[in-house]
Amino acid sequence: MRHLLSIEDLDRAAIERICDRAASFAEVADREIKKVPALRGRTVLNLFYEASTRTRSSFELAAKRLSADVVNFAASGSSVEKGESLKDTVLTLNAHKPDAIVIRTPWAGAAALVAKWTPAAIVNAGDGKHEHPTQALLDVHTLRQRVGGLDGLNIWIVGDVLHSRVARSNILAFQKMGAQVTVCGPPTLIPRGVEALGCDVRFTLDDLPEADVVYALRMQHERMDDAFVPTLREYANEYQINGRRLHPRQVLMHPGPVNRGVELSGEVVDSPQAVITAQVEAGVVVRMAVLYEVLASARTGEPVHEPAPA
Amino acid sequence: MTLVRPDARAATLVVRGAHVVDPREGVERVLDVVVEDGRITAVGKGVTVPEGAEVVDGAGRHLMPAFVDPHVHLRVPGQEHKEDLETGTRAAAAGGFCAVVAMPNTEPVVDSAPVLRALRDAAERDARVPVAFMASITRGLRGAELTEMAELRSEGAIGFTDDGKPVVAAGVLRKALQYQRLAGGLLALHEEDPSLSGRGAMHEGEVSALLGVAGIPSVSESTMVARDCALAGYEGARIHLQHLSCAESVDAVAAAKDRGVQVSCEVSPHHLCLTDEAVRGLDTRMKMNPPLRTEADRQALIDGLRSGVIDCIATDHAPHARDEKEVPFEQAPMGTTGLETAFAAVYTHLVEPGVLDLGLVVDRMTSGGEPLGIPAPRVRPGEEANLVLADLGAEWEVGEHGYESRSENCCFAGQRLRGRVLLTIAAGAVAYRERAFAVVRA
Repeated sequence: MRHLLSIEDLDRAAIERICDRAASFAEVADREIKKVPALRGRTVLNLFYEASTRTRSSFELAAKRLSADVVNFAASGSSVEKGESLKDTVLTLNAHKPDAIVIRTPWAGAAALVAKWTPAAIVNAGDGKHEHPTQALLDVHTLRQRVGGLDGLNIWIVGDVLHSRVARSNILAFQKMGAQVTVCGPPTLIPRGVEALGCDVRFTLDDLPEADVVYALRMQHERMDDAFVPTLREYANEYQINGRRLHPRQVLMHPGPVNRGVELSGEVVDSPQAVITAQVEAGVVVRMAVLYEVLASARTGEPVHEPAPA
Repeated sequence: MTLVRPDARAATLVVRGAHVVDPREGVERVLDVVVEDGRITAVGKGVTVPEGAEVVDGAGRHLMPAFVDPHVHLRVPGQEHKEDLETGTRAAAAGGFCAVVAMPNTEPVVDSAPVLRALRDAAERDARVPVAFMASITRGLRGAELTEMAELRSEGAIGFTDDGKPVVAAGVLRKALQYQRLAGGLLALHEEDPSLSGRGAMHEGEVSALLGVAGIPSVSESTMVARDCALAGYEGARIHLQHLSCAESVDAVAAAKDRGVQVSCEVSPHHLCLTDEAVRGLDTRMKMNPPLRTEADRQALIDGLRSGVIDCIATDHAPHARDEKEVPFEQAPMGTTGLETAFAAVYTHLVEPGVLDLGLVVDRMTSGGEPLGIPAPRVRPGEEANLVLADLGAEWEVGEHGYESRSENCCFAGQRLRGRVLLTIAAGAVAYRERAFAVVRA
């Protein structure tokens, strides 16, 4: 695999290969010296155009555990704020000869675009509201660890699907792994045409008991400005996953950071059904596996993502 | 006269044995056409060649009235890095157009007589084919106060439009429609409700749901189409609706025409040939406003063009510089170039497969000036020569040899199209000649 740009590009075998490798990296975290030399001498550049603590530090930790050198390039305080275009920034950073660029931007398709401008391997750490493939991979990994496989699982993704790249990547990844996906949220926050992705759509939690896994999305306060929902209180009344709604046999997931009292009640965050911290833990090993995949096992005859013609 | 006509040498030539297609003249057969001093003097067989005339071999080629485009962006004044009067009209000539109408959303906006006067002076010097200029309906395209429409008309504004933006307030548009009784001039309208379009960057539908790109729903256009048809009907005013993109708009226009509203409308080659499927790769050349919509919308537009609900084809030629388009999709400006590919795209996508007749396409590509008072060119003795000679069998790859336009943001780039313009005669003068074009006898 040359780049990781989207879940759409991956087949089930590739997802399983990455998760299997992530599982094999898990024991590194338990060592006293948490490092393997797999990517020694390689340079990984984190290029973040959006504020991100978790994803960025998760990638940074993953690269360091593989002994790669890491450079963080945040858009704020840099030439980007002085009006430099994405292309010029990438061409400039090429001069540092990164082997991989981990990129997060607020723009759909930006990671794929950058792949045309640099010889480095590109890992999409979120492109606008399009995709967040490593989040989906770590979610698949978490579920495999927790319940075995995803085949036949009924997974509900609840909340602001419209603005969620996590939702889009997960709908695709969960289905590729054999699960059935239902999205549920306020009608104003479910994108028109989303059924084309193969998922069911519900506007109430009435049938939530049929879910094996409940994946709650973060309800962003910014959405209140655009009046997508009347109030967070009303949102919570209708869509909050709480002790009354979550069944003990269901698994609860969330990409973080959680708004306690909005999309999740405090009790379910702390309940044994919640695997939220396991997701964070999976983040590092899955990103290790992804970096390994694009840097160490590249050009081994595995499917290569061909960028669209310019 | 509102058309600015460049000073060019009147042509004297004979196109011999070309397949002449002029639906208005009811002609579709092999004929010779004689042009003397810029005028058509004979259409027939075995014509005499005037003294000193160039003879053009038309065998196997098609000779049509040249096209008229009521909707182009020439970017002058202020955005000459995208296009200027010379490159834009050169692109028009290369596409077989003998007249184009330029939009006023420039920097500064064409909203006052001095700006318009300077622009018309510049066109006299720089344009390769006749150009007419629209002035804006509202000052600075702000949608609030009307421009001095009467003065702008007397300075040669062919009509008025805030193209690129809708006139959002119905009350403002109503005043413009009323004022038309004094100033005259067609009001051309970009139909869009910004509260529905929001931050949308493509058609709202399955593809936008997959890409996570905010969508522009088709009702953003069609509700404004219906509103403005109602206003025009109430005021007895004449309006022209720009670049229809969806089925609901076609329905709304059909209903308005049935009620007797004086409304004409246009459709672009890209909306006739492409759908939002083309946006899947997030290629910024596929980003335009209105956006490419669904296959059902495309079919409705084709049906509308065939039935006459849609009056004409207009390119909405919208050049942007390479670095402006070489950005992530959501950051890119809206627009595609279209002058050089309009005929070939429509011919390849719609005429060759038998969806539309060549005669109908010629009709709709030549009629775009009629609502503005620019008559459709005809292949008839006594008429000023406005002709296009094309090789319908010649295949070419769009962009392969670059463009006459200063910009290259063409949504058909890379497509192999058939229908190549060999010669364009505009206002009696040769405006374009294909590089490899062979002259039989000079």
